[in-house]
Amino acid sequence: MQAPPTEPANADNAFLYGCRTAFASVFSFVIVFTYIGFGALCHDYGFSVGWSMLSTALQWAGPAQVILVTALGSGTALFEIAVAVALSSVRLLPIVVALLPLVRTERTRAWQLIHPVHYMAVSVWVETMRHAPALPRERRIAFCNGVGFTLVSLGVVSTAAGYYLQAALPAVFGAAAMFITPISFLTSTARNSKLLMEKIALGLGMVIGPLLALSKIEFDLLWTGILGGTLAYGVHRWRRTRSAAP
Amino acid sequence: MSFGMEPYLALILLGFLPSEIWRWLGIVLGGGLSEESEIILWVRAVATALVAAVVARLVLIPPGALAAVPLGVRLAAIGIGFLAFLLIRRSAFAGVLVGEAVLVAGALAFGP
Repeated sequence: MQAPPTEPANADNAFLYGCRTAFASVFSFVIVFTYIGFGALCHDYGFSVGWSMLSTALQWAGPAQVILVTALGSGTALFEIAVAVALSSVRLLPIVVALLPLVRTERTRAWQLIHPVHYMAVSVWVETMRHAPALPRERRIAFCNGVGFTLVSLGVVSTAAGYYLQAALPAVFGAAAMFITPISFLTSTARNSKLLMEKIALGLGMVIGPLLALSKIEFDLLWTGILGGTLAYGVHRWRRTRSAAP
Repeated sequence: MSFGMEPYLALILLGFLPSEIWRWLGIVLGGGLSEESEIILWVRAVATALVAAVVARLVLIPPGALAAVPLGVRLAAIGIGFLAFLLIRRSAFAGVLVGEAVLVAGALAFGP
């Protein structure tokens, strides 16, 4: 990791410093790997390569993208897809809320934030929160844009790479590329689960999901989320009340 | 979803907007929301269960190339991969690597 440049003289320098930071970050590796898997998934669900790349550029939220592709590909009700995607992306809200005090100046207008905020995913957020405090406040948005633009571009290129690899490689490699999504989602979600509540939700979702899917209940994905999530949250509340009681 | 603009319309309306709305809402709300608020906690639990359901769906009823791998191999790969994650310093990378190795070996041994 290189030292911060001596006070980036202008916004362009801060942007470029953001690009270099992104390439040096561990997330560049994670994103290439994840989006190769996503591209492979899109290929086998029958989407076009342009659509797949646009999904990465516009959505820029792994779980939301995989939900969209699997649900559209298996004929899920449109309303259910929109709600499931929205629920999976609520986590972006607190990330943005935590970012703003770091990058905003008194002269920043709301529309100037729409661009950096689009890049907000855990990866870009972590790198911005780590490096931006060392920069002058009026250069931080440009820095954030540099990190975000670089990682999103890597994601878009990797999506195309995964898509074409899936078409070209023997079936066993295709299966391996598609398997990246479930195994990496499972392990990274488990690792990010700090609260017992999240671990319970993870376990419940894996049990309730297939049960509801097999019983052909309408909106099975949504019901799994709401049922599993609310049960897990209930356990969290119950444990908290019990430990607070004398 | 066979031709024309339909998939792109679906991408904008069902994929882009439902995600992006939270980023915009974050600008509007500014500093007015705590990450520990009850509603955010509940949503975090719901989102985790949703992701888990998608993982299960991809393993149990996958499309394309993954569907050609026998169900037993897919289940073994996800199970042993997760076990490796737990045993090897909770490293997501180790879990992915071991899971993938089991899947490829199983597909070659028991595949079509």
